[in-house]
Amino acid sequence: MRGFGIQIEGLSKRYGEGDTAFDALKDVNMTVAPGEVVGLIGPSGSGKSTLLKCLGAVIAPTTGRMTVGDEVIFDDGWKIDDLRALRRDRIGFVFQAPYLIPFLDVTDNVALLPMLAGRPNGESRKRALELLEALDVGHRAKAQPSQLSGGEQQRVAIARALANQPPVILADEPTAPLDSERALSVVRILNQMAQQFNTAIIVVTHDEKIIPTFKRVYHIRDGKTFDEKGLELH
Amino acid sequence: MISLAGRDILHSWSKFVLTGIGLGLLIGVTLTMAGVYRGIVDDAKALLNNSGADLWVVQQDTQGPYAESSSIHDDVYRSLLSLPGVARAANVTYLTMQVRLNNTDVRAMVVGFEPGQPGEPGYLIAGRHITRNHYEAVADVKTGFQIGDTIQIRRHDYRIVGLTQRMVSSGGDPMVFIPMKDAQEAQFLKDNDAILNERARTAANPSLNRPGVPGLLEAIQASQNANRNVNAVLIKVLPGSQPDMIANEVRRWKHLQAFTRVQMEEILVAKLIATSAKQIAMFLVILAVVSAAIVAFIIYTMTLGKIREIAVLKLIGTRNRTIAGMILQQAIGLGLIGFLVGKTAATVWAPFFPKYVLLEPGDAVRGFVVVMVICALASTLAIRAALSVDPATAIGG
Repeated sequence: MRGFGIQIEGLSKRYGEGDTAFDALKDVNMTVAPGEVVGLIGPSGSGKSTLLKCLGAVIAPTTGRMTVGDEVIFDDGWKIDDLRALRRDRIGFVFQAPYLIPFLDVTDNVALLPMLAGRPNGESRKRALELLEALDVGHRAKAQPSQLSGGEQQRVAIARALANQPPVILADEPTAPLDSERALSVVRILNQMAQQFNTAIIVVTHDEKIIPTFKRVYHIRDGKTFDEKGLELH
Repeated sequence: MISLAGRDILHSWSKFVLTGIGLGLLIGVTLTMAGVYRGIVDDAKALLNNSGADLWVVQQDTQGPYAESSSIHDDVYRSLLSLPGVARAANVTYLTMQVRLNNTDVRAMVVGFEPGQPGEPGYLIAGRHITRNHYEAVADVKTGFQIGDTIQIRRHDYRIVGLTQRMVSSGGDPMVFIPMKDAQEAQFLKDNDAILNERARTAANPSLNRPGVPGLLEAIQASQNANRNVNAVLIKVLPGSQPDMIANEVRRWKHLQAFTRVQMEEILVAKLIATSAKQIAMFLVILAVVSAAIVAFIIYTMTLGKIREIAVLKLIGTRNRTIAGMILQQAIGLGLIGFLVGKTAATVWAPFFPKYVLLEPGDAVRGFVVVMVICALASTLAIRAALSVDPATAIGG
């Protein structure tokens, strides 16, 4: 059992230097336990995307500490050398649009991640089919992404994010292109998957319909995080 | 691991195949250009091989009979026959001209030869050899003449009695073989009006038409109309003799120029067709550059169309070398389709060219390697673009 899905302490991100310096994140703190789904909401320009990129090990924070699972990955500097492998093995991504690889069928879209991690093709495809079944799109396993509905594509994207059993999944407005019913269905699935696979999920959203479904919500404003009561988190 | 390139090609195979066909036609043109060059060289070698000669004796200080005009007396061969090591020596004439069949002209090299001697057509594919002293001809099939056709060369008509093959000049013009005397006449004899005019001029010249010298004018006029010249003498040496040594003897004692087979090949290939070869080489370079530009542009455009997918692939942890490999394999795949189409196209259309197009397997192999290298190099631009994609672009904001 992991201690944390993801924990960040005192994270800050500064762009530029001198007079043009801009602090996109200021002393951000956040903890998401394994099996928990939290919402992250905030207006445009609040620092959501910057925080997501830091959490996704795509850009380096300026200062702070970040732990994924039981491993410190950033502490005033990267603690690991291979960020690509970190993203592949320990962080799952779900995007606003599914961004499935159009020339791979549904199974291979999901199986690609374990294959990239060096697992055998057969084992990877077996894992993919299990996930697709769990997400109720097993019957579309051989279909091309272009043959799926928007909701089905998003489920496949979730299956892909889970393929390497990462401790953390980052979902960037995953319900934006969906209608209410499908949006709620996706959130339900994320909750279900979080519990089933013991994964910490952070959902960045603007979608008012789904916000009440989260047990905990972080607000981000001017680069700082606040709890539901509006108290700044330190 | 899945072959990302293979899957992408299968997914959009029609685009790949159509692009490959377009590229293939360009490669086909390139291979054909190489074939045209090989054909010119092969024609030159065939010309030398089929003549059956070991030595070419021509006018002093010339590089005749193919590269320059050469004129020597037709009795020179007798003195050449007396040289040690010479087995056979025979006169030949070469004249490139328009040969008329009915109302059409065919550009051909008219060859005067002596039957059974060096210079005669190597082998026949139809009909028979010339058996009469006048007005019979053997033609290369490329002339389009048929056995029994009557062709016109200068003032006389000739009947085609035999057909030969691969007998062409260094310029690719098919040959028409006629008896030596007829060929000399065709080459050197003037028309009737010119002869009458020449006779009148000679008769009007007091130094040539002297009173009291009977027979002088007639003798001079007769010598003006005699044809005692040929373009070259072809020599076949005795087995075991050294052509180089015989050539030196000819140059030293006969005041003539003599070329061995190697020297004649040097004249034909290195000098006579050098400009054509450079011209074709320039075309090949331009076509290679155009092919590279097209492949680079296609692959680059295809890669730009997948930027978002590449960003996602990078974000989820795909290695740079996997992405670079995907693009490289696609470029190579495109080149492979292009080469297959190009090779097939060149093979299909080569026989329809008026001049000989020789598609050598070695050229095909070299062409294949060059296409692969060009495709690999052309993909570097797209690979650079793909590798510079920031994985963060997959995340909004």
